[in-house]
Amino acid sequence: MYQTQDYEGMLAETVTLSGDGCALINAYLARPLGAGPFPAVVLLHHMPGWDEWYREATRRFAHHGYIALSPNLYFRVGHGTPEDVAVKVRADGGIPDSQVVGDTAGSMAFIRSLPYADGKMGLFGTCSGGRHAYLAACRIPDVDAVIDCWGGGVVASEADLNPRRPVAPIDYTADLACPLLGIFGDDDSSPSPEQVDRHERVLIEHGKTYEFHRYPGAGHGFFYYHRPNYRQQQAVDGWERIFSFLAKYL
Amino acid sequence: MCTMIVRKIALDGSGKGTSGWFSVNQANVSYDHPFHIPQEHALNIDFVNEGLGLDARVAVELSEHDARELVKAILDVLDQASDGGHL
Repeated sequence: MYQTQDYEGMLAETVTLSGDGCALINAYLARPLGAGPFPAVVLLHHMPGWDEWYREATRRFAHHGYIALSPNLYFRVGHGTPEDVAVKVRADGGIPDSQVVGDTAGSMAFIRSLPYADGKMGLFGTCSGGRHAYLAACRIPDVDAVIDCWGGGVVASEADLNPRRPVAPIDYTADLACPLLGIFGDDDSSPSPEQVDRHERVLIEHGKTYEFHRYPGAGHGFFYYHRPNYRQQQAVDGWERIFSFLAKYL
Repeated sequence: MCTMIVRKIALDGSGKGTSGWFSVNQANVSYDHPFHIPQEHALNIDFVNEGLGLDARVAVELSEHDARELVKAILDVLDQASDGGHL
């Protein structure tokens, strides 16, 4: 934990990396200054886009000692304000799951190529990013920890599946090879408490290591201080759970 | 979260965006996360012309109730115009 006599420095900048299909995408990288070696976290942004909140969250992980990288999962859609880009994605029904997995794997490879990385790798995501983080952790073998914050659609019915989302992530649970932290609000509708229950049952059936923290009085997106669903007490506790989890597994 | 409930319709019209008027050729109607209205989900309508760039967009975000009232108002106005022999 940071002490007031400590030196602290951070570098945060946009970088370019090779994503799914070896296509170039951009990403926001924040890292502590110093030789390291540091563990890393890849942040998979939410449906509202590669936005300011995600930049802040990326820097927050760096402040806590992690190389933090947030790939622009909407890079291929075009450029504009994060909101204009996200609206285009929303209209198109989201981005393909396979592309997200490829961009995540590319982000991990980029980080592991850095001389100040220790190779340990966590995934973090909220909202659609929570779903994507869980999906990627199931599809990419060398992830060390994954954090799913209120990822809707991990549990999905046949009617919810389409060519962009052909498989419900919960159906990949047997392949999950790292510990999972889940952060959920009891008042959320997606994932609903019943869906979180089901996810938990499947994790138990497959003998997976996981921690679920479920918050009364909180709904969807309760970390977002700029939205009405923000819940101060639950958000503070949730962040503490996240950094405790990462300290344990990375 | 992201419901991914969306419908696109082609149309011909004009919208006034941040840079003034432009031709609109598509409307995207979704019930999903909004950006501004203080609700978890909203009825979102984006009038766009993708050929002019992603910022060629006129957006509204409405509650379910207000969206339904808007639909009624549009239909009422069109019916009144029709009844008056304007259509």
